[in-house]
Amino acid sequence: MDLERFCATSRVVIVAGKGGVGKTTVTAALAVTAARAGLSVLIVEVEGKSGLAECFGQPPLSYDEAELSPGVRARTLTPDEALVEYLEDHGLRRIGRRLANSGALEIVATAVPGMKDILVLGKVKQLEKGGAADLVLIDAPAAGHAVSFLLSARGLLDAVRVGPVRKQATDVVELLSDPARCQVVLVTVPEETPVTELVETAFAIEDGAGVALGPVVVNGCVPPIDGLGADPMLPDDDSDADVATLVAAARVRLDLAARQREQQARLAELLPLPQITLPFLFTAGLARAELETLADAFAAGVAALEPVGS
Amino acid sequence: MSDEPKPGRTRPSIASVVAGHRVVVCCGTGGVGKTTSAAALAIQGARGGRRTVVVTIDPAKRLAQALGLDDLSNTAHEIERARWDPDSSAVPGGALFALMLDAKSTFDTLVRQYAHDDAQAQRILDNAFYRNIAGSLSGTQEYMATEKLYELHATERFDLIVVDTPPTRHALDFLDAPKRLTRLLDNRIFRLLMTPARAGFRVGSMAAQTFLRAVARVVGTEVIDDVLAFFRAFEGMEEGFRTRANEMMQLLASTETAFVLVTSPRRDAVEEAAFFAARLAEGDFAVKGLVVNRVHPRYPCALPDVLRAHAEALLAGDQERRGTRALAAQYTNLADLEELAMREERALHGLEERIGPAAIAHVPELAHDVHDFTALRAVAAHLT
Repeated sequence: MDLERFCATSRVVIVAGKGGVGKTTVTAALAVTAARAGLSVLIVEVEGKSGLAECFGQPPLSYDEAELSPGVRARTLTPDEALVEYLEDHGLRRIGRRLANSGALEIVATAVPGMKDILVLGKVKQLEKGGAADLVLIDAPAAGHAVSFLLSARGLLDAVRVGPVRKQATDVVELLSDPARCQVVLVTVPEETPVTELVETAFAIEDGAGVALGPVVVNGCVPPIDGLGADPMLPDDDSDADVATLVAAARVRLDLAARQREQQARLAELLPLPQITLPFLFTAGLARAELETLADAFAAGVAALEPVGS
Repeated sequence: MSDEPKPGRTRPSIASVVAGHRVVVCCGTGGVGKTTSAAALAIQGARGGRRTVVVTIDPAKRLAQALGLDDLSNTAHEIERARWDPDSSAVPGGALFALMLDAKSTFDTLVRQYAHDDAQAQRILDNAFYRNIAGSLSGTQEYMATEKLYELHATERFDLIVVDTPPTRHALDFLDAPKRLTRLLDNRIFRLLMTPARAGFRVGSMAAQTFLRAVARVVGTEVIDDVLAFFRAFEGMEEGFRTRANEMMQLLASTETAFVLVTSPRRDAVEEAAFFAARLAEGDFAVKGLVVNRVHPRYPCALPDVLRAHAEALLAGDQERRGTRALAAQYTNLADLEELAMREERALHGLEERIGPAAIAHVPELAHDVHDFTALRAVAAHLT
C-alpha cells in the first residue's frame, strides 16, 4: 500500500497498547514515517512523562507545541490540563492555583466519570478540525485505560443529560466513529500474554467504542540472520569464540524467533487485522538512528500491506 | 554476577529479606513481571514454613487461574500444598493463600466499618458520586491495596503478606496516588459549603458557591447534587478515615515492611525503579531488594565489534568452504546477544549502585510465560 495514502487514511490515529510494548517508540516511528511521506504531524502525549521527546533527543514536552524533527511537532495534553482549560473556557474566569490545588477539580472530574478523557478527546477534535496537522497522533494511555478512554464518551452520554459537556461527548463520539477521521493502531510484542490482552482490547474497542482499528504493530520481532543454524561449525582458526558458545547462542535466537512466529500466527488467527512488524534492536538505547531504522521498517511494513479494496 | 558480594560490602539474599519481614511490597512500573515476582516470593515464604498470603491486583488470566483466583476472590483463599510443595521438600508449618483485590468491595467494607449506623453506610453506598470514586478515581486502587494489606496485617492470621501493586506506568503512583482519595475525602471547599456561613468563612464560602454554580452549568445540577449528598452523608466519618489512612501509611513505613523493587533491564523500567528508590530514600525508607526479570546472559568471550569483524572477514574470504556463511551467521548472532546483555548490564549498574546494601536477584528471560506452579517454582528458585 502507498505510504502517503496509508498515513492519510485517518486524520487522527490513536496508538494504544499495554505497558512495556514500546507504544511510545512506535508512535515516534509512525510520526517519522508520516513526515517522510510529506505529511505534517502533531503528536499529542496524554499521559505525560513518556520519554517521547527523548527518542528525538529533545527536551521534555510541554503544553505548547515543540518541534521534535522536521515535520513532527509534539505537545502534552493531560486530562488535568484539558479540564482546567475547559472550565476556564466555560465561565470559571480564572482557576486560581489555590482552587486547582485544593482538589476541587478532582471532585468535578470524579463526579462525571470519563469527563477528563472526553475533554482530552474534545481538544483533539478541536486540533483535528482546526487543521493543526495533516496527522494527529495520540500516544494513548496504557491498554486497560485505553479502552475506558475510548468508551468514556458513550458512557457519559448516558450519565449527563444536558450541558456543554454532553455536547463535547456527542462530538467526540462522532469523531471516533468515523474511520476517515479516526482510527486506533494497537501495539503489542509477539509474546503470549500481550497478544491475549491485545485481542481482548481490540474486541472491546471495536464493539464498545465503535472505533475503526488500523493494522496491529508487532514490536520487538527478532530479525533473522541469513544462514543461521544451531549446528556446530568447525571454527576456522584460533577463533574468538568456542563452538559450544556459538551453538548455545544460536539456539537462543532460533528458539526465540520460533516462539515469536508462533505468537504472530496466533494473533493473526484470533484477530483478522493486518500486522506490521518492527524489529527488535540489539544495539544501544533508543536514539535518532534507531528511530530511523524503525521508520524504515514501518514503511516497508506498510508497503507490504494489501491495498484497501474498492 | 551481581549476586556476588562487592568488595567491602556483602549483600543479603532476597530469601533473607523475605524471611526477615512481615510485609513485602513489590513495586515497579507495569509490564516487568511484578505479579509473577510477588507470587514467587510468596511461594518462597510458604516454603520457608510461614503462613503467607499474596495480594494480587490485576493478574493475567492464566496466572489468576493457576492461583485459583476469580471475581470472588477479595478474601484470601488457600492454595493446596501439593501445588507449591509437590515433593514435600518445604519447611513444615507453611501455608500459601492468595487474593485478587477488589477495590470497590474493599472500599464498601471500610464505609460500613466507619459509618455511625447502617443507614449512613447505605446512603453512601447508594450514592452515585461514591460509586464513581470507588470505580474510577485514579489512586483508589492503590489506596485499597494498602488498606487490604492493613486489614490482613490486623487479623494476625499471616506471618508474611506479599503485596503486588497496580500496573501503572509510574512506580511512585503507589505512594502518591492514595493521597488523591484522602484529599478528596478531606476536601475543604465542599465542607465550606455545608458549614453555615460564619464570620471569617464567608469569603471562602462565596468562592465555593461561585465555583459550584459555574461547574453545575457545565455538568448539570444533578451531578453536583450527588456530590453534595455524598459529602453530607460522609460527614463525621472523615476523622475515622484519616486515622485509618495514617495507620496504613505507618505500616508501610515500619521496619516490618520491605519494599522490593521489580524491574526488567528495559531503560524506562530501570528509570522508574530509580525514581522510586530515590523517593524512598528521601523518606528514610529503604529498598530492601531488587528483582530484575528477563535478563539476558552474557557471553564474555570477545567484544561484539571483534565478533562482527570476524563474521565480516569470513564472508569476505573463502566462500567455497562449506559452512562459512553459517559460521559467519553464528558470529554475528553472538555479537548481537552479547551486545544486548552488555547494554542491559550497563543500564542496571546505575540502579544497583543507587539502592545501597539491598539484596539483588536476576531472573533470566524464560522460554514461556509464567502461568502455572511449575514455572512459578522455577522463578522462585532464582529468588534466593
